[in-house]
Amino acid sequence: MKRLDVDVIYADNNATTPVDPRVKEAMLPYLEGKFGNPNSLHTKGREAREAVEEAREKVAGLLNCRQEEIIFTGSATESNNHVVKGTVFARKDDGKHIITSKVEHKCVLEACKWLEEQGFEVTYLDVDEEGYVSPEELEEELREDTILVSIMMANNEIGTIQPIKELTQTVHEESNAYFHTDMAQCPGKLEVDVLKLGVDMATVNAHKMYGPKGVGALYKKKDLKIDPLLHGGGQENGERSSTENVPHIVGFGKACELAKENWKEEKKELTEMHGRFIEEVQEKIENVKLNGPREARLPGNTNLSFIGVEGEALVLRLDERGIEVATGSACSSEELKASHVLEAIGRGPELAHSSLRVSFGRFNTMEDVDRVVEVLEEEVEDLRSITALDTKGKIGD
Amino acid sequence: MYTEEVMEHFKNPRNMGEMENPDVTARVGNPSCGDMMNIYMKVGEKNGEKYIEDIKFKTFGCASAIATSSVTTELAMGKTLKEAEQIEEEEVAEALGGLPKIKMHCSNLSANGLHEAIYKYKKKEGMEISDDLEKKHEIAQKTLEKTEEMREEHGLDEE
Repeated sequence: MKRLDVDVIYADNNATTPVDPRVKEAMLPYLEGKFGNPNSLHTKGREAREAVEEAREKVAGLLNCRQEEIIFTGSATESNNHVVKGTVFARKDDGKHIITSKVEHKCVLEACKWLEEQGFEVTYLDVDEEGYVSPEELEEELREDTILVSIMMANNEIGTIQPIKELTQTVHEESNAYFHTDMAQCPGKLEVDVLKLGVDMATVNAHKMYGPKGVGALYKKKDLKIDPLLHGGGQENGERSSTENVPHIVGFGKACELAKENWKEEKKELTEMHGRFIEEVQEKIENVKLNGPREARLPGNTNLSFIGVEGEALVLRLDERGIEVATGSACSSEELKASHVLEAIGRGPELAHSSLRVSFGRFNTMEDVDRVVEVLEEEVEDLRSITALDTKGKIGD
Repeated sequence: MYTEEVMEHFKNPRNMGEMENPDVTARVGNPSCGDMMNIYMKVGEKNGEKYIEDIKFKTFGCASAIATSSVTTELAMGKTLKEAEQIEEEEVAEALGGLPKIKMHCSNLSANGLHEAIYKYKKKEGMEISDDLEKKHEIAQKTLEKTEEMREEHGLDEE
């Protein structure tokens, strides 16, 4: 598939992805004539209901679960909040301990922090230099009153893929805790089979897999009880009240269908792209440090620190040249805090400061990879020529 | 997020790079995010008053740090030391059409750099130093030390 926009190379696919034209086509009828409320009895209502259930079947097909195990939500953030808060409310008689890791998405970490203020106890597992959680350490931290373990499948910043199957086994053998994984980055790039993984709950969303923003899903194993976040009309089997976001749910369904068809091929292509990018950058540019695993990272993800160059400056320079990427630099964040993920893998504020995340997706080509390397080489050289540090990070006179 | 003026100075920084035989060089840092600025100055004399004949900079930092460094050198160029001493972060931000609130610390860096260069020059020449400038110098020294400590902690200053 060719690029959608000829002037701009979009290589920030771990932030969000372009909407696949086939997804857009599938959505359009539901933004036009087919506007019914799926909860209405009349023809328009039934037509919308059918579309929602068809989409549910497609999401379930991708995740290899039953249709009734899929709850549509408004985002991955909502799904994760639902898991964390819904579990502790439903299981408060079983215990008050949660385990998660230091590299989770902010929506898990902040929800956990809030629960700590409400009297729950949370263990934040350390990760190693490549971002991996240790199954042994997880086992050590499990307690009798542990009710939930939530570990993401693939990291959105540094691309570490956790051994979810092994972690789930540990949790199920050694405790009564539910195991949840945030797999928002994975569909279309990795196998997302919840049965094979053995997880109790899993989070996905549409906009990281060429679908629209504002729609996510939660896989929740049949008969497993968690409390709803949203009370109201009882939609989604009472698990998530709100009139269903029909056009977006339909788009999500289509995106899942495409991901199921193409993930093996796309995994291969994206792995080649990130492999070539990392290799070329390290060959052509000096004093670059790779963040995240050297082997087997999230297909398409790269994260490198260009020592002596500040990330926000580099992102804006690349943007001027029509290349859109991201950084974990404190300068680019609202709170002026460096990425918590880079901190967790032992990168000081300085290396986080210099980090650049380039993430390729379905609409990138090998030519894009080469072009990004070419422009990056020029801009890094230019910013290094005006830096007050030398390229090894030493303070130059 | 940034004004057109910030983007313009960021894309085409003025007075950037090192200087041959400067009369004085100074360095300032920001320990919270590791920003560093080197400033180079040549000082001349006209009508019996010392003035900034030439000024250049090198900066490690975000777009706003680079833009403020650039515009500060523009503001200071040709000014007497007395005048240049009065350039503060607010004036720097104003010259760029404003900075995002959260980025105001970045503009501190370049005004501090300028003050530090003036301090070092006056010290070297045995000129009188005001209490205000002395205080600014003390703060600049402390923050630079902290910045260097932070960088060392993370092993960034090793070969």
